[in-house]
Parts: sequence; C-alpha cells; structure tokens
Amino acid sequence: MRAIAPDLFVETPDGPRLQGGRRREGGGVVFPLPQGGERAFYEPVALSPHGRLWSWTVQRFRPKSPPYAGDEDERGFRPYAVGYVELPGEVIVEARLEFGEVEPRLGLLMRLEIVPFNHGADGVLQSCYIFRAEGA
Amino acid sequence: MSEVFIAGAGIHPFGRHELSGLDQGVFAARAALADAGVEWRDVQCAFGGSFAAGDADAALPRLGLTGVQFINVANGCATGGSALLSAYWAIKSGEFDLALVLGFDKHPRGSFNPAPADMGLPDWYGELGMMLTTQFFANKIQRYMALHGISRRTLGLVAEKAFANAVHAPHAWRRAPVALDDILNAQMVNDPLTKFMFCSPSEGGAALILASPARARQLGRDQIRLRGAAMRTRVKGSFEVFSPSLDIERGPSPAELAAKAAFEMAGMGPRDMNVLQLQDTESGAEIMHMAENGFCAHGEQEALIQAGATRIGGPMPVNTDGGCLACGEPIGASGLRQVYENVIQLRGQGGGRQVPGNPVAGYTQVYGAPGLAAVTIIGK
Repeated sequence: MRAIAPDLFVETPDGPRLQGGRRREGGGVVFPLPQGGERAFYEPVALSPHGRLWSWTVQRFRPKSPPYAGDEDERGFRPYAVGYVELPGEVIVEARLEFGEVEPRLGLLMRLEIVPFNHGADGVLQSCYIFRAEGA
Repeated sequence: MSEVFIAGAGIHPFGRHELSGLDQGVFAARAALADAGVEWRDVQCAFGGSFAAGDADAALPRLGLTGVQFINVANGCATGGSALLSAYWAIKSGEFDLALVLGFDKHPRGSFNPAPADMGLPDWYGELGMMLTTQFFANKIQRYMALHGISRRTLGLVAEKAFANAVHAPHAWRRAPVALDDILNAQMVNDPLTKFMFCSPSEGGAALILASPARARQLGRDQIRLRGAAMRTRVKGSFEVFSPSLDIERGPSPAELAAKAAFEMAGMGPRDMNVLQLQDTESGAEIMHMAENGFCAHGEQEALIQAGATRIGGPMPVNTDGGCLACGEPIGASGLRQVYENVIQLRGQGGGRQVPGNPVAGYTQVYGAPGLAAVTIIGK
C-alpha cells in the first residue's frame, strides 16, 4: 500500500504524522506542506496526531469524477463524514472522519489514522489519512 | 467623483431553458436598454461575464458591432458583481456617461467539480472527495449552529420563505411553495442541510444600465442611485471554500469587509436598508450573512427568523424574490439578479412580493469561490 500522494504524511517511531509546513518567516503552520515554488518558504513539520473536532458534515452523494477517485460506483457509494480537526497550537486540518457509534459534537477528541482508500491507475492499493473519534 | 445612477435593469428568467446562456444574456441586455430608454449604440462602455457559458463579448454581433469598449470579466462567483463594480468605477470617474453591465450563465446539473490545480490545490484533495462547495457550507453552518444556538427549524424556515416569496417573482425558477416539514424531512445532502436548503446551479441572464447624473436626468431615470459598491477577497483567518487547512486564529470574512466598505462609501448603515438580498447558497449562508453584513449580532437570527423578521412585511425583508434557493445560481448573473430585484422593489413594482412602506434603500451581497464577496447599496 502506498500513500495517495507523497509528502502527505510521514512515518515516525511513534506512528504516522500528517506533514505540514511552518513558514520560515513569521511562523504559522499550514497543511499540506506546500509543493513547487512555494516549498522553499516552508520548514516541514510533523503535525500532532491528536486534535479536537472543529466542525463536521456527511457527504451523502458521490462526488463527481474527476476529481473524486473513490473505487466505488454510484450504487456502491457509502456516505462519509468530512470536516475539520483542530490540532492544538498548530493548525486546523480538513479530513475524512470516522465516528462509528459516537455522536459528533464540537470538541470531540479525534486521532489520526492511515487507512486504505482506493486503487491507483496502475492497480496499486493507495492509503489516505482520516481522523477517528476516540472510542469509535 | 460623479454620482452613479441605475437607469435601467433587465432580466431573463432563471431556471432551465432551451436558449443558450449567451442568448439569455442578450435578452437581458435588450430588456435593460429598453427599460432605460436607450439604444445599444448609445452605450459607451460595457462589462460582462459568465462562468460557464462563454465570453460575454460574444453578445456583440447580436447587440450590434458598434465598436464599443467591451471588457470580459471573470472573477469566480463575483463575476457579475465585479462587472458591476467596473462599470460603477467607470461612471464614477467621470470618464463615461452610459455603461452596460451584463451577466449570464448556463451550468451543467449537479455540484460544481473544479479541477484542484485550477485552484492551486494538490490533486489528492479532490481525489479524496473533500473538494465540494456543499461540504464547506455544511461545515460552516454546523459549527455556527453549535456556537450561536441556531436550530434546524430555523434553517428550514429560511428555505420555506424563499419558495413562498418566489411564488410572486416572475423571474424565479422554483415558484411553488414547499411546506416546512417537507423541507426538514427531505433527503439529506450534507448534514445538516437537506436538498431544499441548497440552491442549484441554473441558467439566466441579468443586465443593468448605469448612467452619470446628467445622462440619467436626460433620460428621466434619475431616481435610483448606486450609492456604494465594494468587493473584497479573503484575508488570513477567514473560513473559505476549498481549504485543506485553516489558521487557529480566526479572522473576518470577505463579506464583513465588503459590507463595511460599502456602508462607508454610501454614508449609510444597516438600519437604513429597507430590503436585503443576501447570498443564500444554502439556508445557513443567509443566516450567517445577516450577521456578517451587520444586520444583527451573531445568534440573534434564531429569534428574528422565528418571529418572521426576514419575511416580506417584516422589519428586514431578505431575498424577496426567493434568492438563490428559488432562482438557482447562474454564477455570472446571480449578483446582478440581486440588484435587479432591489431596483424593482425601490420602484414599487414588486407586485405580490413588494416590500410595503415605500422602500428607499436596498442592499445586496454575493459570496462565493474562491473566497470573495461583493456588496452594493442602492438608494433613492
């Protein structure tokens, strides 16, 4: 399994971390780590794997492809939660979310997880990041 | 600096039509010219745009090849608002006496699906299914409801009002009333918003004729002034569509900034406005924009809307023609439709949707991708 995009997250001895960027001048953290010409202005930073729910919704219809690249077709589509998680002192990141049986509410504790997402054009299984509610 | 008058306004009904987007724009332009009592050859400069229906200056062979200075405008969801702003500046500068503003559009059905790269974003953001405008609006109102005590019923009331108003607006698309329970119990699109709480991409055209004071008087069209017009883009800390991350330190929205600028230009305040057209991409947007534009404090919307304050006949009527919820959102035309509606209201021509008490000032605000807002204030 490979990441859906390089540099999106990194493996550390303590598990996976999203990779953000800290602006070299003036500070301030962004996610993802900017690529291309902007890359030079940022220091890579491994973001906290824990945060609190900032907002959420559920995607109830299959997004148009492109750009959506889920394997499933219209009939196989399952709604997914998506929203924002505040990583304390760092940045608020957008992510797919997993609540299980936990009732979503602002401030809920969430933790990072790397999960399978789809198959690339070459048939290789690809992973993405999500945040899962504690206890879900 | 010259005063600026709105000498004419025209519209092609919004909705779904056989006609091309361009032809709907030309229809609106001709209607605006006729309304002002001028000929196309009299127009000295023109600004126009569409998002998905081609170049606005393709209208020239249809309107007449007069050699007029025609500038195509492309500015996301503020395309119409930006065309209007350009014409406003042109007349205000004293350089021109008569300008046409034109906006039209014709979108495919369903949600917008821009390419991530066009917005400066990585491909994975779209591949994972996070690049949808509907998600942004749902996330924004979900948090807002929790922080400011807005109920789901209030979301429903906004949509119910939109369809009730649109019954009386000939240019609206969805003109049948929808019961509150049907709105609340309809298919969920992005929680907490059901399908009746979202506007849909649609088609339509709208046009305005702006004139200098001398020209407006000559035409007998010197009743309605464009007193303020301002557009602002996102600043650090504002919550915008297509944002993979946000700063923890929050900042003002582009609507707040554009509102402040327009009120200063007009020398007027929120309490002076008699009729409001606020961007209602979905029910929650109308609620949040009431506060962002200065018409109430955050959280006051719950009581105001439950009491009917934003209905026609209330103290702050909002979206008297049904707004985007009932008209749909042809991007190039949507902001101009708002101004058209206020012109109709200030002229007292609103029929069954006329705001009572002879309104003398009207306010419009558009918001959209990639994080911009445009405001106008018109007054007698």
